[in-house]
Amino acid sequence: MPPIASIDLASLAISTAKIIGLVFLVIMPMVAYSVWAERRVSAAIQDRVGPNRVGWAGLLQPMADGLKFILKEDFTPGHVRKGYYWLAPALTMIPSLLTCAVLPFGSRLFGEKMVIADLDVGPLFVFAIASLSVYGIVLAGWASNSKYPFFGSVRSSSQMISYEIALGLSIIPLLMIHGELNLGRLVQEQAVNGWALLPLWGESLSLKGFVLAIPVFVSFLIFTTSIFAETNRLPFDLPECETELVAGYHTEYSSMKFALFFLGEYAAMIIGSGLAVTLFLGGWSLPFGWLAPESTTAEVPLWHGLVHIGAFFAKVIVFIVFFIWVRWCLPRFRYDQLMRLGWVWFFEIALANIALTAILLAIFK
Amino acid sequence: MATIVVKRPKLKWWEKLYLPALIGGIGVTIRHFVRTLTGRTKVTMQYPEEKWNDHLPEWYRGAPALVTDEQDRERCVACQLCEFICPPRAITITPEEIASDDKWAKVEKRPREFEIDMIRCIYCGLCEEVCPEQAIFLRQEYAITGTSRAEMVHDKKKLYEIGGKRVGLVNKWNALK
Repeated sequence: MPPIASIDLASLAISTAKIIGLVFLVIMPMVAYSVWAERRVSAAIQDRVGPNRVGWAGLLQPMADGLKFILKEDFTPGHVRKGYYWLAPALTMIPSLLTCAVLPFGSRLFGEKMVIADLDVGPLFVFAIASLSVYGIVLAGWASNSKYPFFGSVRSSSQMISYEIALGLSIIPLLMIHGELNLGRLVQEQAVNGWALLPLWGESLSLKGFVLAIPVFVSFLIFTTSIFAETNRLPFDLPECETELVAGYHTEYSSMKFALFFLGEYAAMIIGSGLAVTLFLGGWSLPFGWLAPESTTAEVPLWHGLVHIGAFFAKVIVFIVFFIWVRWCLPRFRYDQLMRLGWVWFFEIALANIALTAILLAIFK
Repeated sequence: MATIVVKRPKLKWWEKLYLPALIGGIGVTIRHFVRTLTGRTKVTMQYPEEKWNDHLPEWYRGAPALVTDEQDRERCVACQLCEFICPPRAITITPEEIASDDKWAKVEKRPREFEIDMIRCIYCGLCEEVCPEQAIFLRQEYAITGTSRAEMVHDKKKLYEIGGKRVGLVNKWNALK
C-alpha cells in the first residue's frame, strides 16, 4: 500500500485534468442538454414540438436559458434566513457533482484509469454523499420561512427515510455475487463475464448466471425506483409538486439560485443513471465481451479506451431518456403511498431478495 | 339529502399491483412519442416560417383595404358611409373634388386621404357590406404590426397596396367616362 503522503505534482495534475474533463466538459454540458432533451422528449410524448427556435432544432436553448437565468433579478425575500437560504442551492448541486468522483466512465486512456477516485467503497461513497443533497432541500424549505417550501422540505425528508433503506439494500445482492465494492473492478468483472442484467457471455453463461439474474433483476427494479425518488423525479417529485405546493421547496428562489436547484436535479439524474449503468448494465463495457480488457491493470489501445468512454455515456443517455419517458407515464404518488411503497414493499422485497441471493449462492457454489 | 355516495371501485388483485397500469401507460406514451417523431401526429404550425395564407377560407375577414378597378380608377367615391357605419370609428375620410380635366370628372368625389386605424378596427366587415361602390374589401392580410400607434394607421397608399386591383366588379361609372 502506498503511503498517503505520496501525492506528487504529476498525479495532482492528472486528477485535476480528469475532474475538469469529466465534471466541467462532460457532466455540466450533459446537465444543460438533458434539460433540452427533457423538453423535446416531453413535447414529442405530448404531441407538441418543444423548443426549436434557438439554434438548429433548439440546440442552443440551454445557452439561452443559462444566460437568461444569469441576467434575471436575484431576489432575496426579506423574511428568509439569509445564510441558510444562500447555502441551500449549493448543497443540492454539489453532492450530485461530488458523487461522480467514483464512477468509472471508461477503461483506460493514455495509461490512466478513467475514474477520478478509484475508491474501494464506491457505492457506499455514492450513497453517503448523495443523501446529503436532501439537506439542501430541507434547508431551502426551512430557510424560506414560508408555508409551501416548508411542506416541500418536510415531504422531502419523509421521502428520504422511506426510500434510502431500500436503495441501500437493493444493491447488496449484487455485492454478494461479485464480492466487490470497487466500481472499476465491478465493471471489469461484468465486461469479461457478462453484465449483471445480461448474463449471456463469459462465466455467467451458465445455470448459475441465469438463476442469479433473477435477484439481480429485482434489485434493479428497486434500485431504479429508489433512484427516481432520490432525484425527486416524477412519480416521486413530492417536494416540488407544483400542483399542490406552488413550486415546493424552491418557491422563494429566483434567478441562478433557482437554476442551481433545477440543474442539481438533472445532475443527480445523470449520476444516478451512471450508477445504475455501472452496477447493472456493465458500465463502460461493450456487450458480449467485445474489446474487453484482460484485467483492470491491463493496457488498452487508445481507440478501445475512447470506445469504452463512448459506450458509458451512450448508456447513460439511454437511461436519462428512460427517466424522462417515465415522467410522462406515471401520475405522482401521494406521500403516504410513497412511504407505504418504501417501507412495506421495497424494504421487505429487498430483504427477501438478499436472503434469496444468499440461498442461491449457497446452492450454486 | 343532496348527497352523492361515491362507490369506490373494488380493484382486482392485479389492478392493485399497479404494474398493468404502468405498462399500459408506457405503451401510450411510447405510441405518442413515435407518432410525433415520425410526423404522423399533427403538431403546431411553425408560424413565422409557415404562414396561414394557404389555409385561410375565401371569406376570411382580414384587414380592410381599398381596391382599384380594371382601368386603375380608385373605386372609392368618398361617400363616407363606411366612416359612419364603422362601429369602433376606425375610418377617417377626407373627400376632395375630382379636377374637371380628369378622365373621371363625372364621378362624384374621391378621397384625398383615407385612414383606417388598425388598432381600432374590429374586422367586422360592415364597411365592406355598406359600400355602394364595391370599393372596400376585407382582404386576407392578418399580420398587421407596427412599432408605434402612427404606424398602425393605414393611409390611402397602404390601403391600395393591400387591396390591389380587383376585376369582375360592377363598373357603373364607365358609361359616364
